[in-house]
Parts: sequence; C-alpha cells; structure tokens
Amino acid sequence: MMPRSKLISQTESKQKIMYRYDQYDHQMLADRIAQFRDQTRRFLEGQLSDAEFLPLRLQNGLYVQRLAPMLRVAIPYGMLSSVQMRKLAFIADHFDKGYGHLTTRQNIQFNWPALADVPDILAHLADVEMHAIQTSGNCIRNTTTDQFAGVAVDEVEDARAYCEIIRQWSTFHPEFAFLPRKFKIAVCGTRQDQAATQVHDIGLYLLKNEHNQIGFRVLVGGGLGRTPVIGSEIKAFLPQEHLLTYLDAILRVYNREGRRDNKYKARIKILVKETGVSDFRDKVEREWMLLKDGPLTLTSTEVERCRAFFHDPQYKSIPSHSNELETALNTDVLFSAWYEQNISEHKKPGHAIVTVCVKKTGFAPGDLDSDQMRFIADLSDRYSFGEMRITHTQNLVLADVEKSQLYNLWKDLKTRDLEADNLGLLSDMICCPGGDFCSLANAKSIPVAEAIQRRFSASQLREIGQLSLNISGCMNACGHHHVGNIGILGVDKKGEEYFQISLGGSADHNTALGKIVGPSFSQEEVPDVIEKIVTVYQQHKASGESFLHTYNRLGMEPFKEALYGNKADEHQTD
Amino acid sequence: METRQMSTRLIKHGTLVPDTWVLVKSPDELESLEKLTGQDLIVPLPYWLTERQSIESRKGQTAVWLNSNEIPESIAGYLDRLPLVALNFPEFKDGRPYSSARELRQRWGYQGEIRAVGDVLRDQLFFMKRCGFDAFLLREDQNPDAALTAFHDFQDAYQPGITQPLPLFRRR
Repeated sequence: MMPRSKLISQTESKQKIMYRYDQYDHQMLADRIAQFRDQTRRFLEGQLSDAEFLPLRLQNGLYVQRLAPMLRVAIPYGMLSSVQMRKLAFIADHFDKGYGHLTTRQNIQFNWPALADVPDILAHLADVEMHAIQTSGNCIRNTTTDQFAGVAVDEVEDARAYCEIIRQWSTFHPEFAFLPRKFKIAVCGTRQDQAATQVHDIGLYLLKNEHNQIGFRVLVGGGLGRTPVIGSEIKAFLPQEHLLTYLDAILRVYNREGRRDNKYKARIKILVKETGVSDFRDKVEREWMLLKDGPLTLTSTEVERCRAFFHDPQYKSIPSHSNELETALNTDVLFSAWYEQNISEHKKPGHAIVTVCVKKTGFAPGDLDSDQMRFIADLSDRYSFGEMRITHTQNLVLADVEKSQLYNLWKDLKTRDLEADNLGLLSDMICCPGGDFCSLANAKSIPVAEAIQRRFSASQLREIGQLSLNISGCMNACGHHHVGNIGILGVDKKGEEYFQISLGGSADHNTALGKIVGPSFSQEEVPDVIEKIVTVYQQHKASGESFLHTYNRLGMEPFKEALYGNKADEHQTD
Repeated sequence: METRQMSTRLIKHGTLVPDTWVLVKSPDELESLEKLTGQDLIVPLPYWLTERQSIESRKGQTAVWLNSNEIPESIAGYLDRLPLVALNFPEFKDGRPYSSARELRQRWGYQGEIRAVGDVLRDQLFFMKRCGFDAFLLREDQNPDAALTAFHDFQDAYQPGITQPLPLFRRR
C-alpha cells in the first residue's frame, strides 16, 4: 500500500481528467435523494401503489429481481475515479454481499440491497459524485462511449465532454421521463468503434468537416433486443453546437409517435422502420427548425468548460521504448502472453492502455468483489492517475500506464486473480446475469459461459485468436448476442432451457447482426457446439485470417454441416 | 371520469383554487345543452371539432381537451379563442401530453391555461410545470397539500423549460 499522503495528492490530480461537480450538480443530486427518500417512505407506508412506485424506482435504478431488489449504479461513459471505486466497494460490503456486477452499459449492479436502504446508498454515491439516475425505466439511459476515449491513437475527438453534455441534458429532462420505451445513446470519437455505437437508439460518431469544425454523424433506430437493427444515418454532419437541439427534436418525434400499444414494438427502431428513414428524418427536421439556434444551442463557453475537465493527465515525457518492459517480455512467458493480449497502443510515447480482463474461468463474467474493487482503485492510484474505465464488454481499463511499469502492474494483478490474459479471445465473453439472477431470463447464462471457458485451454484460445462470444439469457439481449462473432441466446422450449447459436455478428464500425445457424441445443451440448464451430474455422482459415472474415468468406454452410450433418433440414428452426 | 365539478383538487399558481369548469368526458353527457347553459365546459376534441358552433353559441365559456394521442396542431387555428386547453393523461406513464404542452407553448405560442387532467399524480407535477402546464387537476385520491410541495422537489434544472427558458449552461 502506498502512503496516505501520496494517495491524496494523486486523487487531487484527477480533478483535471474527470468531470467534477459544481454546486448545481451537487444540489441536483441532493434534491433527487430527498425526493426518492420521500417516495420510498410513501411506498412503504402504502400511499403509493406498486404500479405508481414502479417507474419512480426504475428511474433510480432499482429493479425488483428474482431474489432481491437490484440497484444499477450509473458510471457515466464508463469513467471512474479511485475514490469512487472505493465507495462502490464500501457499498458492496455494507449493503450487498460483497460484490458487484459490471454491465454492458458501463454500469455496475448490486444484486442484494434492501429497498429501505436504497436512499442511503444513493446518499453515499452522491458523496462521490455518483448516482443511479435513469439507469432503467422508459427514459434516456446512461450515455456510453469507447473506453479508450482520450487515449486512443488517431482519435478524431474525445467523446467524453459530449457524453457529459448529454448526461446533463438528459438528466430529469421534463419532456422525456415517460417515453414509450428505454432510450440509449452512444458517442464514439475513436477510429475503431468499441462502443457498439450502431446498435443504439441514437449513435453519434464524432467527425471533423473540411473546415476542421467538429460535428456528429447521427444514426438513429439501432438496437438489439427482440428485433435487432443497425441504426440508419439521418444526418451526415451535425455541427456540434446543434447537438442538444437536434437530440431534443428526435426525442420529441419519438415521444409523440413511438408505439405505446405493444411493449415489443415501442423502441424507436420500430418507429423509424414503420415511418421510413426519409420521412422520419423530415419529421425530425421539422421539429428541429423550431428549436435550432434557440437557447439549447451549445455555447462555445459550455463546450470549452466541459472539454476542460478531460485534459490529459500530466504525462511524463519518456521514450517509447522501455528496457524494463523488454527484459520482462523476454524472461517471463506468462507476462508476455498477457502483454500480447491485454495491452493496447497509447497516444503518448512510453505509455500503454491496459485492459484488466474480469473473465477468469470460474468467476461469473463481469463480477468484481469488494477486495478486487479496492485493489484496482489502489492500482489506478499507483499506475494510472487514479482513474479507470468500465468497458461495455464488462472489463476494466487502466488507461495511462507507463510501459516501464507494466511488469509490476501485472505482478500486482496476479496477487488477486486479475491477470486473465484472454482479452478479446473466445473466453472473454459478454454475458448477462441470466436466470441465476434476472427475472426476465429464459435460461441461465453464467453456467454456459463457464462450461465454454473450461472447454478450451489457454494455448488453444490463443491459437483461435480474436473471437467475440456473447451470451444472453433471453431475447432482451443484454448480453449483445446478436453482435457476437458467435452469439448464444437462451430460449425456453416447453419449460426446458435451450440455446440458439448465431454466427457472423460484429459490433465495430462495420456492425453486422449474426444469423441463426439452426435448431437450438441443450445446455450440455453447447461446449461441443462451440468447439465444432471453432474447428471449422481453424480448418478453413487462411494464415492470419480472423473468424469473422473466414465466416464471411465461407458462409453458413460448412458450419451447419458440422453441427447438424445432413439432418439440418429435418429440424424446425426456432 | 364522469362529469363533475370539484373545488379542492385544482392547483393553479401554486395554490388550491375552486374549479369553475366542468370537464365533459364524453359527448353523451352533452345531450341536453340547455341544462348546461351558463356553465363553463371543457369538451372532447372530436365533439368540439364538429359541434363547435352550436356549443359556442350557448351562454358560458367553452374549452377543449385533447387526449394523449391527439395533437395540438388540430386546434392550432383556434387557439386565440380558447381560454383553456386541457391535456388528458389516460395513465400517468403516458408521456405524450408533456410534448403536447411544450408544442402548444413553443410552436403555437399559446398563452392561455394548459390544464393537466386524468391520471395527474404528485410525482409528475414538477415535470408537467416545466413543460408548460399551469393548472393541475389532481386525481381524486391525491393529497392536495402534499402535491403542492412537489413543485419544489428540485431547486433547478439542466434543461430549458417553459418556466425557465435558459438551460443551466447559459446561467452557471
């Protein structure tokens, strides 16, 4: 452990690299907690009905789940300070069973809090500038971005300031608190999209036009769930000052015209499809003309104010080559394997982006216990300016580590089972909590994830290479199965848990939706099925060819053949 | 909702006031217009669109109410003679009347009273006010005194609204 004084000084330094609340932001949270405390009291005293309390608690992140309430805490655009992480550990210990679960929306969930404690938990969160506002319910949810924002090589623009601007605009927006359905926005400013931007209700790509002005390419109507859709472009270049007026216009069209007669047809993707992209765009433009250049137009002062929170930390000026790193790579094979898989290039010489893969076999994907939380917080203080990020693939990022420190960091991670070197490999799955916890699930996803992890050895996984495998326990698709190279969906067949396999999905700049390979399989069959799919890939791949590329070249047939032989046609597809 | 006149559930200008209007839920209730002579009436949109002239020739004021699926544009041409437009929340989770209220104020520049009727609950009043509602007919079971405090749930807001046209970022 490092001395307390050093901890504090590094905590202070992070003020320049994260958004910090002013008195307005603090007051907003204080008012919210008082309001929710009163609502909870009225509910417990029987003055508020279940139905009336439901949307109120949901908009504070509180579900009633299979075993207990579940509280989803927002981690805005995935950024977290060490102080905040320690607070999450405190909450896990005092109000939960000592752990939390990272979600695909860069949030963290606690599965065991008591309803009556929730206002107190919210007050603890507010102490460290955190909240659970609008993490569920039919409203605008936590805005997400690429976890490498601000540190990626060749970034167009840092998305975080815009995410914060959107966070404030969407927080308690009076007109959009009771939308037809939930609404998710992602902003991406990196060249390699890691935010699954195209499968959001609104996806925003940061761009610069020929005059070097910053703006957004606006996609609308993407989403996963029962009806997966890739978003459609409705604006090729929206200058940044118009961001919020344009969002207001889209949301108003959706709020008025989105379907409310059928929950499964209520997302904006259905409205865009039923209206047609061109007509939908016209409707938005018509609303926008009313709002454009009005008071909600962003001022350069506000853009600069928000951007100023996300300045670079005080990087040391160091050479890009590190002798310490070189020596360690040459002498420690295990470290070298981790380095190959979990380290990404940083924009500053001599620095690296480290992804701590929270997918060790035997542990539920995305789960972190409170000791690990505190430990990672300490590591972030020691190695990465007291700041970390949550990824939508349920991992953690230390974004600013000096290369010369990587070996020390890895040795530290090993002491707490956090040295998994499977980032981006088949075993680094996205997996929802599934039927073990969630009342919506058709099937348990965690045991399936573990069975697959156990099927492959570390060397086999490295041999297979980059391959995304996403698992959802039901068609609500929290595990993003549609956009996994291999997708697994839990389905209910006459009361039995079955799993439907899809192939060819992708969530990057070239987002693609996977296609269902055929009839579904029982839980015991799934590891064999995955192995057969991987074998087909390995038999057919050209040297260095990725799974996705190989699949796109070969098509579905050879995989189908391997899984069903000639019997495929006799089965009924689900 | 049957035709009724209650005096204790209407909030205007931050206080409880007597309600002088009769909300006519269904045109069936208007069979004998004579009985309602001298009475201020809020009538359903379809009725008002077809029977406007006859009902307006009666003694007493006439206003109109829109259900959540009915759009303000349908009365845009008549707003200057409507003292009041009521927007109905068929259930409190139906968020369309919020947009209707803002549209009436912003697009059509409506200056008269916009009244929330239907499933009007304490916990939504703050949002309603910011969207341009200035009168609130509470659902019968609501505690009117508790509801009055709801307008102070938050000291400020990030977004522009009808009550504060400047977003916080232009004031902070």
